Amino acid sequence: MLKIEEIDAYYGDLQALWGISMQVNEGELVALVGPNGAGKTTTLRVITGLLKPASGDIHFYGHHLDKVAAHKIVELGISQVPEGGKIFTAMSVLENLELGAFVASARKVKDQSLQWVYEIFPRLEERKNQRAGTLSGGERQMLAIGRALMSKPRLLLLDEPSFGLAPLLVEQIFAMITEINRQGVTVLLVEQNVRAALELAHRAYVIENGRIVGQGTGDALLSFESVRSAYLA
Amino acid sequence: MLEPLVQNLAFGLLVGALYGLAAVGLSLVFGVTKFLNVAHGELLMFGGYASFWIFTLLGIDPFLTLASTIVFLLVIGLVLYKLLFARMVKLTESVKIQNTLLVGFGLSLILQNLALRLWTADTRSITTFYSGSVFTLLGVRFPIVRVASLVIALVTLLALDMFLRRTYTGKALRATVENWEAATLMGIDIQRVYLLSFVLGAALAGVAGCLVSVGYSIDPVMGMNWTLKGLIVMVLGGLGSITGTFVGGLVLGVTESATGFFLSLTYREVVGLVLFVLILVFRPQGLFGTKEG
Repeated sequence: MLKIEEIDAYYGDLQALWGISMQVNEGELVALVGPNGAGKTTTLRVITGLLKPASGDIHFYGHHLDKVAAHKIVELGISQVPEGGKIFTAMSVLENLELGAFVASARKVKDQSLQWVYEIFPRLEERKNQRAGTLSGGERQMLAIGRALMSKPRLLLLDEPSFGLAPLLVEQIFAMITEINRQGVTVLLVEQNVRAALELAHRAYVIENGRIVGQGTGDALLSFESVRSAYLA
Repeated sequence: MLEPLVQNLAFGLLVGALYGLAAVGLSLVFGVTKFLNVAHGELLMFGGYASFWIFTLLGIDPFLTLASTIVFLLVIGLVLYKLLFARMVKLTESVKIQNTLLVGFGLSLILQNLALRLWTADTRSITTFYSGSVFTLLGVRFPIVRVASLVIALVTLLALDMFLRRTYTGKALRATVENWEAATLMGIDIQRVYLLSFVLGAALAGVAGCLVSVGYSIDPVMGMNWTLKGLIVMVLGGLGSITGTFVGGLVLGVTESATGFFLSLTYREVVGLVLFVLILVFRPQGLFGTKEG
């Protein structure tokens, strides 16, 4: 469903991505792992249109994403949970979720989506009238994921959902991601927590210094010598 | 001693409502777009002249001219945005503030001189048959037009608050204030949000200008003074809360009056700036803001 071909991307004069190619198939849970500053977040920014690539192609169900304005990409069925969640802290939990269903197609089925999100994250329903800024770290992450689901995405992009969370919470969040994927949402997961991500994912790509340096099934990469020594030792 | 004091404070409260209204427009635009539009006072001045001429030439009641003044300012806002401000949306926040400051100053000079050319330097005000009417409450005199202005300011801000809280578009505006990237990821077209907030700000300036032309007076160089009041109130009230900004306006109005009464009229204009500095030093989040924002 998503095919990225030979993407180069720059921040000003600084090249951040060098010929990135990867693919995510329908129903898959794919992980993109690598160290801090490798280009994981940049790859997501290129997919969601926040950063336009200098060259290369991004296909999504026949659309060329690199030629679509950022705010229109959501409508095509791609939703991103940004790094750190970036929830709207001054607004209520419910308002955050409503904004997730901002695009016309999602707004029509808002109430259904809300039920769905509350089923996955019952905690959000309990806190729906609370100001989002008062939530705990784990709840914030749940809200960020819930908000992204409100647009009824076909492809969900997650940027470091485990960041800053206690191990027990990370386990919970990852279990929820698996559940979301099992319900038919394709997931591209970006993680620094390599072992957990590889255990979760069907397939994974390893990125370093803006280049894809390895790929394979999660299990295969887990036993891959250079990955082991670099991330899991 | 007491009665003149209370009278003074009442007048301060009435003008403070207009300070608040002027500041909310400035603050809304700044919050969403990070454009510091120092020509906001000139937009207010244009609103005042729009009402003045519609009243003078067509004889329409000034409070009824509000609707046409709002439309007029929406159009001016749209033109200015497309012509000058739209090209600055992509800049980083600090550069954006600097550039809009410069553009705003230039724009305010142009608009002032345009008004001088078109309407001369005369001070004008709208005088209706009820302009002199006053009602007395507990020995304090309240000019009817100024009280009506306060009510209109309040209603306008309530409507704005409802819009921002209840509608999807309003929520999109608030989301953009917090984080434009996250807002984009929701599918919000922030270019449109920027444009909308800018013309809304211009319309609010128009309403304030109309009210000033009825209860007070207008002239081509009034704008800078009103921008200054708006900035002081913005800092007083703290960003992001309409109520806070409005109350900030009342506080400035009353403080000015009290200063005029106890010290002298010369210090009236200074006290706001003193407040401005004190707030920035000791309570930068504003009188009513929280540290987190």
